[in-house]
Amino acid sequence: MSQRQVLQVFEQYQKARTQFVQMVAELATRPQNIETLQNAGSILLLLPLLLDVVPTIQQTAALALGRLANYNDDLAEAVVKGDILPQLVYSLAEQNRFYKKAAAFVLRAVGKHSPQLAQAIVDCGALDTLVICLEDFDPGVKEAAAWALGYIARHNAELSQAVVDAGAVPLLVLCIQEPEIALKRIAVSALSDIAKHSPELAQTVVDAGVIAHLAQMILNPDAKLKRQVLSALSQIAKHSVDLAEMVVEAEIFPVVLTCLKDKDEYVKKNASTLIREIAKHTPELSQLIVNAGGVAAVIDCIGSCKGNIRLPGIMLLGYVAAHSENLAMAVIISKGVPQLSLCLSEEPEDHIKAAAAWALGHIGRHTPEHARAVAVTNTLPVLLSLYMSTESSEDLQVKSKKAIKNILQKCTYLPALEPFLYDAPPNILKHVVGQFSKVLPHDSKARRLFVTSGGLKKVQEIKAEPGSLLQEYINSINNCYPEEIVRYYSPGYSETLLQRVDSYQPLTN
Amino acid sequence: MATLARLQARSKSIAQQYYYRNSVVDIFRKKENDAAIKIQSWFRGCQVRAYIRYLHRVATIIQKRWRGYLGRQQYQVIVKLAYYTMKMNLYNAMAVRIQRRWRGYKIRKYCFNYYYLKEYLKAVSETSDAIREALEEFAEMKEREEKKADLEREEKERDYQARKMHYLLSTKQIPGIYNSPFRKDPDPWELRLQKAKPLTHRRPEVKRKRSICLSDWLACTSARSFPRSGILPPIDRKRCQGPFRDISEVLEQRYKPLEPTLRVAEPIDGLTEARAQLQKQEWARNVNDSFCHFLPIIKTKNTFRQCIYQANMVLMLMELNISEMKILRDGSVTRISKLYCHHLISSQNMEKCIQKLDKLYKGSRTSSSVRLYYSLSMADVANHNLHFY
Repeated sequence: MSQRQVLQVFEQYQKARTQFVQMVAELATRPQNIETLQNAGSILLLLPLLLDVVPTIQQTAALALGRLANYNDDLAEAVVKGDILPQLVYSLAEQNRFYKKAAAFVLRAVGKHSPQLAQAIVDCGALDTLVICLEDFDPGVKEAAAWALGYIARHNAELSQAVVDAGAVPLLVLCIQEPEIALKRIAVSALSDIAKHSPELAQTVVDAGVIAHLAQMILNPDAKLKRQVLSALSQIAKHSVDLAEMVVEAEIFPVVLTCLKDKDEYVKKNASTLIREIAKHTPELSQLIVNAGGVAAVIDCIGSCKGNIRLPGIMLLGYVAAHSENLAMAVIISKGVPQLSLCLSEEPEDHIKAAAAWALGHIGRHTPEHARAVAVTNTLPVLLSLYMSTESSEDLQVKSKKAIKNILQKCTYLPALEPFLYDAPPNILKHVVGQFSKVLPHDSKARRLFVTSGGLKKVQEIKAEPGSLLQEYINSINNCYPEEIVRYYSPGYSETLLQRVDSYQPLTN
Repeated sequence: MATLARLQARSKSIAQQYYYRNSVVDIFRKKENDAAIKIQSWFRGCQVRAYIRYLHRVATIIQKRWRGYLGRQQYQVIVKLAYYTMKMNLYNAMAVRIQRRWRGYKIRKYCFNYYYLKEYLKAVSETSDAIREALEEFAEMKEREEKKADLEREEKERDYQARKMHYLLSTKQIPGIYNSPFRKDPDPWELRLQKAKPLTHRRPEVKRKRSICLSDWLACTSARSFPRSGILPPIDRKRCQGPFRDISEVLEQRYKPLEPTLRVAEPIDGLTEARAQLQKQEWARNVNDSFCHFLPIIKTKNTFRQCIYQANMVLMLMELNISEMKILRDGSVTRISKLYCHHLISSQNMEKCIQKLDKLYKGSRTSSSVRLYYSLSMADVANHNLHFY
């Protein structure tokens, strides 16, 4: 009789524990409760329950701890301070798959906040156990382990190296080939996080034979998977020319261009990032992209997006045009310049405007043809206004100034230069007048136009120090015209005429 | 002495007189001297001046000549320089002409082909247009597929609804909701309800027996305990392209049973085995096919060939060991022994024959020996015929 009562006590206790743990786990799903839970000291209460006898309580406690640690890095630190990580790692190796999933979730939640916490996890020896979990039969366990490894490797190169040294990369490559989409996503994202830090890590990832699989997975219809795959390929390609060439050899063009037409915005962004990372290394790679029609596709993509999504595409155009004048001409005939000027004028953010200004500068700086193509679209006044405006950030001002200078030095399209005479600051005016002085001596029609449009008048009004470059330019312009016209347009000529009238004695008949 | 004294007294005045008389001259002497000097100096001056004039003239001539010479020298240098410059200018101009042509040619041939660039840019723009079109088509196709998928989903949804609301179908007596008598045509839902199959109650789900996973009965669930094969699956394994044949056909073909020809189906020593079997059957049934007992005894000609055959057999027998003969199968032993016996009979050596037979079948209890005895005795008794088997 008393034995049953004694056992009843224990049963009650177990029920109470189970209920507590389940409620906490449920409450932890809602962010508004987390503060209260934190203040109530739930972590300290949950820690001993991780070592509970009953496996269900262990698992639910691990799940609750994971959710709490996921939310906030103070809570994650509290988990680390509670010295529970070694125990977690040990049980990760031993227990059944539900516990493994929950424990891997806790490790992920702790490791994602900062490098120090991730280092703490690595110091407990969690990496080896996580890698063992990657070989498990259950795809859910593999997913949780891969996710945790990805978050650890995300922070810096040393942690990535530690993950690679634990032998995770070949297993992640095997995980990519599994049929479950969620597992594929997580494995690809983990590989992308590993490869992004340094060329050696990227080479290690590539040596595991991952590029072929990623190239195949671009055709997968799932949008989130495509995001991760494109991001992984761009992280690999960005480090060096060899890696970029290896990515290109996997025959991603022209399949990647179809991703530029995807409905998902981030797929478009990652696809243009990938193309940009490939194009920026050498002129040959840029040539390849131009020949494949990538530039036209990216220009269309820029036209169909807004905001930050456009940024990699704009930078791609800048990189391609910067390599050589033929490529810049290719960008121009693919109708890139109107699109870029549209971006420049309608985007609200400064860094995107700065990128567009930079790209335009690179397109227009090669030859007078290129400068003419840029000037015809009326972007130069926009650039000037951005340079002069006080609201623009410093970066934007610097970039627009450089762009204007580069374009002006080659621009011979006078109708676009004329507005500059009126409202340009002196340092830009110098270049404008210089350009006029180069063009006017040779072109009579231009001279006539210059006079009739009032440009000569304006030039006379410019005050320049004698002996300066500006004065030389003004002199060379004045030399193109007969003296009477120059005198006629010089300021104060009407006064001198009137003075002559005053001093004139009419002939008395 | 007096004169002397007088002279001496007068010496001073003489001296003075002398002096004064001389000095008169001197008064004029200075003047005259001066005059003479003046005249002389003037004249000398004129002389010198004339000389200087002369010198000047001569020096001028020399200098003139010399300056002319120097000037001519300079002039020659200048002319040489000008000539040289003119030549060099000419050469430079010609060289520029050549270089211009050559540079144009070189650039056009080796470095930069303007027309090629133009073609290239045209090709790039055409490719861009093509790619743009292709991508537009692709996007449109995707949209169409999505719309189609949406429509299908809606269709399915409506179908499912119709199946659930099947009871709303109108009957002959009572028109249903969607088939109001005041309407001209029935509502499309009515037609859908007519087409739909009524939804049956969900049968209680047979709980699928959980397949026993490896970890259920193993304490050690780590996959490392069970080593995988070292060969990983091939990386670029493409999925097989359809269309596929019917699986039953394929299995039929794969597991088709063997249908060999008659010749193949027979074993290689089939003939001997068949004979042996037949012999066994005969012995078992105790069939005696020899007609020697039933037919009248006819003397048959002993042909040459048969003689040789028999002789050969007999020779063989003689060479064979008796123990070897026992190993031979029953049929052949009896045949050979029969022939031997017949040979013995023909040689009319009855005693010897029986003796031989006794030796042959010493201790052997085969029925063949009995039969041989019997036939032998019968044959001997009847006549001395030779029977050919």
